[in-house]
Amino acid sequence: MSRIVIREDRCKGCLLCTTVCPQEIIVQSDRFNQQGYKVVAVTNMDDCIGCASCAKICPDFCITVYKTKTSKVKE
Amino acid sequence: MAQETLVFEPSKVLIDRPTHYCPGCQHGTAHRIVAEVIDELEIAGKTIAIGSIGCSVFLYNYLNVDAVESPHGRAPAVATGVKRARPDKVVFTYQGDGDLASIGMAEIMHAANRGENITVIFVNNTVYGMTGGQMAPTTMIGQSTTTCPGGRCAEREGLPIRMSEIIAMLGGVTYCERVAVNNVKNINKAKKAVKKAFQCQLDGNGFSFVEFVATCPTNWKMSPVKANERVGEELLPYFPLGVYADKLADKEGK
Amino acid sequence: MSSKTPKRIFIKGNEAIAHGAIAAGCKCFFGYPITPQNDIPEMMSTAMFEAGGDFVQAESEVAAVNMLLGSCAAGIRSLTSSSSPGMSLKQEAISYMAGSELPAVLVNMNRGGPGLGDIGPAQGDYYQSTRGGGHGDYRLLVLAPATCQEAYDLTMDAFDLAFEYRNPVLILGDAILGQMKEPIIPHPGKTPKDKAEDWCLTGNQGREKRLIKSLFLEEGALADQNRHLMAKYERMKAEVRYEAFETADADLVICAYGSVARIAKSAVRKLRAQGKKVGLFRPITLFPFPDEPLLKLALEGKRFLTIEQNCGQMVDDVRLAIRTKADSEFFGVMPGELPNPDDLEGPILKSLEG
Repeated sequence: MSRIVIREDRCKGCLLCTTVCPQEIIVQSDRFNQQGYKVVAVTNMDDCIGCASCAKICPDFCITVYKTKTSKVKE
Repeated sequence: MAQETLVFEPSKVLIDRPTHYCPGCQHGTAHRIVAEVIDELEIAGKTIAIGSIGCSVFLYNYLNVDAVESPHGRAPAVATGVKRARPDKVVFTYQGDGDLASIGMAEIMHAANRGENITVIFVNNTVYGMTGGQMAPTTMIGQSTTTCPGGRCAEREGLPIRMSEIIAMLGGVTYCERVAVNNVKNINKAKKAVKKAFQCQLDGNGFSFVEFVATCPTNWKMSPVKANERVGEELLPYFPLGVYADKLADKEGK
Repeated sequence: MSSKTPKRIFIKGNEAIAHGAIAAGCKCFFGYPITPQNDIPEMMSTAMFEAGGDFVQAESEVAAVNMLLGSCAAGIRSLTSSSSPGMSLKQEAISYMAGSELPAVLVNMNRGGPGLGDIGPAQGDYYQSTRGGGHGDYRLLVLAPATCQEAYDLTMDAFDLAFEYRNPVLILGDAILGQMKEPIIPHPGKTPKDKAEDWCLTGNQGREKRLIKSLFLEEGALADQNRHLMAKYERMKAEVRYEAFETADADLVICAYGSVARIAKSAVRKLRAQGKKVGLFRPITLFPFPDEPLLKLALEGKRFLTIEQNCGQMVDDVRLAIRTKADSEFFGVMPGELPNPDDLEGPILKSLEG
């Protein structure tokens, strides 16, 4: 249940984040931001593992990452 | 209970404003790494950045540190002046391939040879970006640029210059590493290298140099993703990553 | 009764400049060897360390002036010296320093040109010094000593002026001044009132970050910067200095600066002893140029002969100053000829007799 927050107004649509996500949940969306860039979006945030790969490769520091460690529940 | 922690956010040394860099330009990534290192080492308040000429001339708009603009190629000399005037400050230059390896070749060689206690961040994207895509000293053989439209030709233009290898041979150089930011593993190594370089300066151990092999999607006429692939496929075999000089162990205990 | 003879030292003009810089609290020197000014870096190579500062023999004059740019950006009193071809190399950085408003002090010991020229004295760098040899609209405050004592004194003043106006200051000497030896009386300088702490780079601990730059891309910004610089050069007119020797009743006023003025003065003295009514007007600041006192002499009906060791450079400024009332003749000692007073008598008499 980790998640990322993408600042869409800063995204330049370079798509580098889409190449490094190990969960392959970042894709190019259909939306353009005010600068005219086609921004990225997350298909399924539940699959995010909070690795921050996307944030590290992003050249525009658009991405903030929150990691949630789910504690193991004993059955 | 699940607990959420913030694990990544832009450093406070980065100024909160959009950059002018093209989509996929890895100057942004290099800026971020430098900012994070300055932040983590807690040296922002005593750092003086020496800007240079090229796309990164606007570095001073993106990092929250004192900065001085230098003429093209002269940043290592300006840095020498600043560091000799105020040796207690952390002084670094940030230069592109034209600035450092063309017009600035004398200044970088001599600052390195003198072992100035400064840090040089060299961003090598094999082309002159700001001025519209002309040939650089690091342009690859066969690479087409606006001043070698048929592709760089060794007989007429010489071979691309490998700066890390050359700098590493100079006596005054304590730490020299070539890095890239084309994948997460390399990004992590790049940050470690930059941290080592700044720590080298903080410890008074002499000259440190980190070369970033980076993309210029616009002037390579490639998409950002394809440009990033070019780094790994074409550039790194010619500009291998790695440590080219490391005398830090010798300096310890002095 | 004790007679306090001030202590004198017998030194070259080059050394006097170095002594003046040290007395003014210069802490950093960056230079490169070139004849005829090598005494300056040679002296500073030990003196700067003794003063608790630093010295670098740079890889070139280009590198040296850029090191100066850096140390001035850090607010430290610093100096570079060179001679004509080396000054040509420095022009880009000088333009940057003027545009970034840095308090740099530079020394040019003018030699023969153009090109490699020779290693003797000349005044062919007047245009380069006063018109800005670099690009863009800017001016340096230019000081032209004629004696070793003046070289010492003006060097000390140069640092104060550079920091007061946040502008590069150039001391323009020549090979004669640099290499001749005279006794000088050293003295302490004024206590520096540098307000560098208001603008220089020290790291932004406890304050907003500072930028030293000359790039102004935002709409209207470069226009404002240029107007700001021009206003500063207007204020700099308060620093005009000159020497007027026997001009009060002179029919003919010789205009000359630096070593040539000194040689001309000997000629003037000799001719005065023969009853000829000649005088000497010697600008000490070449920028700001002493327009007003010159015009005053023109309004008194005097005639002018400008003598320089070049093909005619300062004469333009003399003519500009007096244009509403008079013109100036010109006599040039060529670079490559060593001027002596006898050589000047003929031209002076010719002008005097009209």
